[in-house]
Amino acid sequence: MSSTAQTWTTKTGTRASGLFGVAAILVVIVAAGAPFLVSRDIVQDLFFILTMLVLAQNWNLLAGYAGLLSIGQQAFVGFGAYSMFGMVILLGVDPLLATLLAGFFAMLLAIPAGFFSFRLQGAYFGVGTWVIAEAVRLVVAQWKALGGGTGTSLPGEARKAMFGVEFLKDTFDMKTSQASDAIAYWFALVLAAATVLLFYRILRTRQGLGLAAVRDNETAARALGVNAQRMKVFVYLTTAFVTGITGALIYLQKARISPDAAFSVTDWTAYVLFIVVIGGIGTIEGPIVGMIVFFVLQKTLSDFGSVYLLILGFIGIATMIFAPAGLWGLFSARTGIQLFPIRRRLVLNGSDHIAQNTREGGFNG
Amino acid sequence: MNIIDTLVQGILLGGLYALFAAGLSIVFGIMRLVNLAHGDLIIFAAFAILTITSMFGLNPFVSALIAAPLMFAAGWLLQYFLLNRTLGKDILPPLLVTFGLSIIIQNGLLEGFAADSRRVPLGSLEAATIPLGAVNIGVMPLLTFLSAIVVIVGLNTLIYRAPIGRAFRATSDDPVTAGLMGIRPQRIFATATGLAMVVVTVAALYLGTRANFDPSAGPSRLIYAFEAVIIGGLGSLWGTLAGGVVLGVAQTIGATINPEWQILAGHIAFLAVLAFKPRGFFPRAVD
Repeated sequence: MSSTAQTWTTKTGTRASGLFGVAAILVVIVAAGAPFLVSRDIVQDLFFILTMLVLAQNWNLLAGYAGLLSIGQQAFVGFGAYSMFGMVILLGVDPLLATLLAGFFAMLLAIPAGFFSFRLQGAYFGVGTWVIAEAVRLVVAQWKALGGGTGTSLPGEARKAMFGVEFLKDTFDMKTSQASDAIAYWFALVLAAATVLLFYRILRTRQGLGLAAVRDNETAARALGVNAQRMKVFVYLTTAFVTGITGALIYLQKARISPDAAFSVTDWTAYVLFIVVIGGIGTIEGPIVGMIVFFVLQKTLSDFGSVYLLILGFIGIATMIFAPAGLWGLFSARTGIQLFPIRRRLVLNGSDHIAQNTREGGFNG
Repeated sequence: MNIIDTLVQGILLGGLYALFAAGLSIVFGIMRLVNLAHGDLIIFAAFAILTITSMFGLNPFVSALIAAPLMFAAGWLLQYFLLNRTLGKDILPPLLVTFGLSIIIQNGLLEGFAADSRRVPLGSLEAATIPLGAVNIGVMPLLTFLSAIVVIVGLNTLIYRAPIGRAFRATSDDPVTAGLMGIRPQRIFATATGLAMVVVTVAALYLGTRANFDPSAGPSRLIYAFEAVIIGGLGSLWGTLAGGVVLGVAQTIGATINPEWQILAGHIAFLAVLAFKPRGFFPRAVD
């Protein structure tokens, strides 16, 4: 024991994460200008990337941190989208406000969905969530006011009257479709940034530590007083909320909905699963990397139709077998770089010196 | 009597669902593996039977006899070289790999056979019925149900009476100790999946001859199989028959009220069982 007054504090940030944080802010600022700088096609591509990234971050939090291997997230995408359409068509709510409110409807659905699916363990939980999504799809397909099984379109007047459209048209001389695309894009940008920040924040709190502990060893975590069940319910409801908003936003931009598309297991769960796993599950960087890979693959292979999915399936399986930590996991293990560090390190006050023993045995693996 | 007719048709439909579920159940029972490609493997087997039938002009039953050993081999290889690598404490790898497999089979079939609905032709047997008082019982639905019983009796005999069944149970309980006793767990697992694929072939024969199928029909078969397993209770093969029957009856009752409600009625029955009897009717497994 040394008698000198050395004080130690815990720290999570690193030099790499600090630099990355600055770079990320710049990227978001530049990205915000996209509707003025690039063509509408590119804005739509960026919109697709951002919304899929949000879905991927949500699934990553569910599966990678809370151990909830849901294959039924399309329930919240579809239900969020349909509640937005319902509010706009039946109640005349502003589409943008309806998109936000859709999150609450999705969370409302998550209460009974969780009641049923939490009775199943492990992989059976996954199939259970899938059955619930199917049941919700079949019920929604009976909703004749919203087109039943064939679906419906968002009324053109509602899009024209949407908050901000008039302003963009007058100020920047945009067409209605261009303006509503730009608004949807900005919404997606804010949503993606907010989701990443929110989840990073959650993971850095006491609760996040508990979550990681539950993932690594549920029995041990519970023995230390972590309420595993409450954490899981919290994550399930939070991700339902964000997934619901994302679903509504995606269909705000598409402006046309049908039960089969909105509750598609391929579009809203399979793709998302592959994005997360290829990028690296259990890290915030993983889904971002996975999203980039997924987008490049889709752009190069989309002409091949079903072969594209075939290849995606093979890549997903190969990743899981040969590199279960994903691309980011490989990179991070080689370089030690973390852009969203969660691990607490003991740092001597007034220096960058790191206590040796805290380097090992983190919960970021 | 209409209601008796509905019940009888529902019970017989349950036989088909029990056949879907039995394969899923033994793979889970022995390896704790939930095979998300199970439904797609059923559709794959149905296409195999269809191809053999049309290529050689054979009776579908004979085609199924030819397809069964091929499916056994496919299942054996799949388990030995791919799925065994995913087994372990973490449940994500098997889930993701079988999900990937499901996507690969669906899109592979789509490439090979296009998206058209197919049916295995069965001639006069397709519509043959046995009049039984107030109800007409279809020969094929009846054969399906009887086959389900034969399959379950056969599997139970194999698992609880035969040496290979002892090896299954031992490996399931403790692969390491079973290994010390001269059992090779990897091969036992491969054999179990091969066996499940034989059951899948039987299921595919009756699915393919009684209804239309297409490359995208797999996931709903997985869901029916899963519902039957959960309703019946994990780990019990007779439970899968009970679960299949509950599901089949719920679906036929739903369909008589409104044809659009058939599948939904099955899901509701499943959710009701989950709410009131979360471990199913005949639970066997402790976990």
